[in-house]
Amino acid sequence: MPISALIVDDSSVMRKIVERSLRQAGLDLTKVFEAGNGAEALVVLQENLVDLILCDINMPVMDGLEFIKQLPTVANAKGVPVVMITTEGSESHVVEALSHGARGYIRKPFTAEQVKEHVVPVLEGKS
Amino acid sequence: MKSANELLAGNGSHETWTPLLEMATREVFELMLGCQLAVPAIAEEPIPEVTAMVGLAGQLCGVLSVRCDNKAAALMTSKMLGVELDKVGAEVSDALGEVCNMVAGNFKNKIAGLAEGCLLSPPTVVTGSDYNLHSLAESPGLEIRLLFERMPVVISLQIHS
Repeated sequence: MPISALIVDDSSVMRKIVERSLRQAGLDLTKVFEAGNGAEALVVLQENLVDLILCDINMPVMDGLEFIKQLPTVANAKGVPVVMITTEGSESHVVEALSHGARGYIRKPFTAEQVKEHVVPVLEGKS
Repeated sequence: MKSANELLAGNGSHETWTPLLEMATREVFELMLGCQLAVPAIAEEPIPEVTAMVGLAGQLCGVLSVRCDNKAAALMTSKMLGVELDKVGAEVSDALGEVCNMVAGNFKNKIAGLAEGCLLSPPTVVTGSDYNLHSLAESPGLEIRLLFERMPVVISLQIHS
């Protein structure tokens, strides 16, 4: 199934790694949007439709937790699944992200296989 | 909130953290760069042409740093991005900052009580070797030296409190 994705991370290198991992996971990415923080991501979403959002937590300007709190204000983002990808391993971050609608949580460092395990069920509506 | 000393009481001494720091580093290189780190026969100091630092604050306050020479940093970037070495450019600082960030995060997640109570700063990367780093805290530190593709990489954790 062809999908478009938005990857939100303040590291451009990490955005490329996440994109490559999604492709290695077998996803047919037709379009990939990138944003360096939550505020940039909200702007991208106001102008574009995506099927999946992958988002870091620790970012300048607007972090990932604030981003998912504000996501419902963007019409284009309604129902779009969000998977967090972060170095933050604390349970409170996981709980807060999930309580605000995140559908998955991947800790860095990660493998393409782990990305597949978390993302594919989300896209298939099983998670 | 537990102090660093209380954390140490529950997790052993600083020396017991050294294997965890090494494990955290090895995992990052294996999973994100697809390579194994080796232990050098002789502890070699790299020319610190690229130094990435991440601050830790909360139950453990300190600075974790990764330092290596330009060639090692470029090769790390090449492996992370999956591009040829000659295609690597300005991304080197970003890449080494991310390596440092992931080592710091992976390390704190391995110590009971630290994942929850310790926050990481965004990475800072210094390029060039003509600098001195001074810490005002007289503090213990951990340091591991490993070989990345036969090039020395040093990972240090300076503990402030």
